[in-house]
Amino acid sequence: MPRTDALQGSLDLLVLKILSRKPRLHGYGIMSAIGERSGEVLRAEEGSLYPALHRMEEAGWIRAEWITKETGRRARIYELTAAGKKQLAAEEERWQTVTSAVNRVLRTV
Amino acid sequence: MYLWSRIANVFRGDRLNREIAEEFESHLADAVEEGRDPEEARRALGSVLRQSEASHDVKVVAWLDSLRADAIFGWRQLKRNKVTSGAAILSLALAMGACISAFRLIDALLLRPLPVTEPGRLSVVSFNGFGLEGKPYTYDSCSYPMFRKWRATVKHDAELIAISYAQRQDLTFGSDDQMEKAYLQNVSGWMFSSFGLEPAVGRLLTEGDDIEPGKHPYAVLSYDYWQRRFAGDPNVVGRTFRMGTDLHEIVGVAGKGFTGTEPGTVTDVFVPTMMQAGSINSANSFWLRTFVRPKPGVAIEPLRDQMYAVFRSFEQERAKTFTNFPKSLLDGFPRDKLELLPAAEGVSGMQRDYREALGSLGVLVLLVLFIACANVANLMTTLAARSREMALRVSIGAGRRRLVQMVLVESAMLALFATALGALFAWWSAPFVVRMINPPDNPARLVFPADWRVVGFGILLVFCVTLLFGFLPALRASGVQPISALRGGDETRGRRRLMHGTIALQVTFCFVVLFIAGLFVSSLRRLSHLPTGFSPNGILLLETVTRQDQPAVVWQQVADDLRSVSGVEGVAISQWPLMSGTMSNNFISVHNAPPSTVLAFFLGISPGWMETMKVPLIGGRDFRKADTNPQVAIVNQTFVKQFFGGENPIGRSFRTAKAQTQYEIVGVAGDAIYRNLREPMLPVVYVPLRTANSDGTVQSIGSGTFVVRTASANPSGLAPLLRREVSRARSELRVSNIRTQQEVIDAQTIRERLLAMLALFFAGVALLLAGIGLYGVLNYSVLQRHREIGIRLAIGAPRAGIAKLVVAEMLFMVAVGAVAGMGLGLVSARCLESLRFRVKAGDPVMLALPTLVIVMAVLFATLPAILRALRIDPAETLRTE
Repeated sequence: MPRTDALQGSLDLLVLKILSRKPRLHGYGIMSAIGERSGEVLRAEEGSLYPALHRMEEAGWIRAEWITKETGRRARIYELTAAGKKQLAAEEERWQTVTSAVNRVLRTV
Repeated sequence: MYLWSRIANVFRGDRLNREIAEEFESHLADAVEEGRDPEEARRALGSVLRQSEASHDVKVVAWLDSLRADAIFGWRQLKRNKVTSGAAILSLALAMGACISAFRLIDALLLRPLPVTEPGRLSVVSFNGFGLEGKPYTYDSCSYPMFRKWRATVKHDAELIAISYAQRQDLTFGSDDQMEKAYLQNVSGWMFSSFGLEPAVGRLLTEGDDIEPGKHPYAVLSYDYWQRRFAGDPNVVGRTFRMGTDLHEIVGVAGKGFTGTEPGTVTDVFVPTMMQAGSINSANSFWLRTFVRPKPGVAIEPLRDQMYAVFRSFEQERAKTFTNFPKSLLDGFPRDKLELLPAAEGVSGMQRDYREALGSLGVLVLLVLFIACANVANLMTTLAARSREMALRVSIGAGRRRLVQMVLVESAMLALFATALGALFAWWSAPFVVRMINPPDNPARLVFPADWRVVGFGILLVFCVTLLFGFLPALRASGVQPISALRGGDETRGRRRLMHGTIALQVTFCFVVLFIAGLFVSSLRRLSHLPTGFSPNGILLLETVTRQDQPAVVWQQVADDLRSVSGVEGVAISQWPLMSGTMSNNFISVHNAPPSTVLAFFLGISPGWMETMKVPLIGGRDFRKADTNPQVAIVNQTFVKQFFGGENPIGRSFRTAKAQTQYEIVGVAGDAIYRNLREPMLPVVYVPLRTANSDGTVQSIGSGTFVVRTASANPSGLAPLLRREVSRARSELRVSNIRTQQEVIDAQTIRERLLAMLALFFAGVALLLAGIGLYGVLNYSVLQRHREIGIRLAIGAPRAGIAKLVVAEMLFMVAVGAVAGMGLGLVSARCLESLRFRVKAGDPVMLALPTLVIVMAVLFATLPAILRALRIDPAETLRTE
């Protein structure tokens, strides 16, 4: 099965969801987690992940912090803010509405 | 909060980019750790540069970021052209500083509301009437009985407040030797509560302090005076001062900011109106202004009509007490109309005297600012490297708006630097100008707070100026056609037209400034060369007062004492100095005829006064020691013309209308100015200083002026010595004020002197700036046409032809500008009627002078460019091409 890119517009939802389960992940970790959880079906485009993270950071949904890993390298980790939690709920609901609508179309036509 | 972090990120650009890069590095390291191929991982991440730019844009406010970039670039541009930028900033700073300064003056004197509650609800009573010569004039003085009547009539509709004219008074906090001067206003006790003022210490006056004449010797100091005189000592409450014979107790200090109701004068002491006991019940004593505060919801017109009705019946009643008043003047008395004028900004004589003067100065300053702006606009256009730079930017995809923004940011930076410098200039110059108003010993004082009004004006000015000199060049620059500019072609015609237009405009404005300056200067010359009819050289005036009136002999004895001081040539006494503003007048009746409708003006003098003042005695004799008033009089030539038809009046007599006293004319004096330089000669009657009562006893004298003629050209040097000498001769007499007669005369031309000086200064600046502008534009056009001129010279064009080529178009623009300036100048001169003195705007000399000056300046400015064009070496030019 070819690996599909995250659906258009769902990247924010995926990132927020991952961060709500596993806080304090860095960019590479978020990307790996999306792959893992989706059974390697979904994959975040590496090139668009960082601009998306920075945009959400500026929007106040997530918060970033520099930490030093055991290897001595610095890494930038992200976690959800209160606004982010609200945003996640909204996005999830929107997603459910859209998918159920799409499913209904698929069933009836 | 997020917006703020994005704004802050604009100024952390480097760190931001570093962090983004580091995050990518850490991502790649993680990928490699997982066993991925470094090359593949890098490819998967995509272009780091593009991504980091995308991330950068999310993290900052884009427009602010571009502004920051433009500011840095603009700063580099300004630094690169240090000399030109410096010159532009300096000339602009001078013009903007002058503008801010003019605004501060106009604002402080004319626009700023009084610091009272609801200043917009404050009006003042003013009268429009006709003088004896039928000329319209306005005044605002009222008597207390009239005020009282008004107050009782409109008490349900409005609150009325009586406030006297600010007077400079002698008062002392100790002994008589420690007399000092302070500005005093008599005010209604309820003024403070009506104005919503709070005390800084102690209490303020109340209605209860203003009931019975002479019974409320209390005083409130202004905050300014309290700080200046007592360094803010709170123990000042309870202290007393003596003024005349009244002892006043200080009950408090008014809150900061309130300096009376007369902009131009800072009132020091407020006392109740009732302490003006001598005038309080006199219907003929006009000494106060009436301020009106209508109650909420009360319209001003019915209120005015009500007050006008009261005024009419009051004045008609008063006219019944007039004796021997000319009948023709009694018809329809009073003819004056009452008005309620808005008084939010206070009311003062200085406002009236300087409104037009400051307005015209403001216009001059604006014209100078335009000239400076035109210069800077040309400078921005000429920066020769610009068209190539712009073309390059356009060809690599810069949008037009972005280019306009870039040039405007650079202009704004110029304007900001200029404003900062200009603000410094204004901070110094506005008080400097105010100090020159009024004589040096008693300067006018205006409060100049640096508040949002001034700052707001500054910001507005920067904005307007930036648009003025930045916008057109910005549009032009951004509209370049890259192809022709990069090819090095001369796409300069449009630009040249723009620059030539600004030259014409500059010449126009320069002409107007020069023309108006010329009007002011020649007005001043006419005024100061008017014959006064006496000689002020070496005359020192000792205005002297006594605690108790002293017999005339005592005064005479002091005069004799002063005569023995070395350096003194002559001493005489008069009631007051000529041209000091003090006056006494009366209607005259000759041969028992009905009284004249022309007033004669009176002055009491001692024997020898004529000789001391060098007023020529044309016929008859001077007064003798035994002469008394009434009995004999000396009249001037205008009096003879007016009342005796020019016939020899010696030995004849006349009566005054009011007191019905008879005078025999014993002498005729030459005309000397009695009151004001600007008015025609008045009929004057000199009477002996010694005044006899009806029973023949000689009255004592309370105040007078010793007129001292000294040998020195600078008589002020003798002042301290003479002051001591007066008190030494008779301790009862005290010199209250010493001035030279010249100072008294000069005090009448202060406004004209100020205007002439400032206008000359601005004319110089305008000429300099316009000259620099012309020089710059010509120089640039020679540079631009270097190649063309070289070729022409090479094929044998005559030198004269080259010179014509360079300057012809320019001279045409100068001519256009001069003609436009002439038209504009003539129109503007019409608005300056009241500031001109016997100078006709259409006078050919007045028009020729600025023309001549501009022609000279143009010659100066064009010569270097012509020389430069003629020195072009064709061989060299063609070699470099």
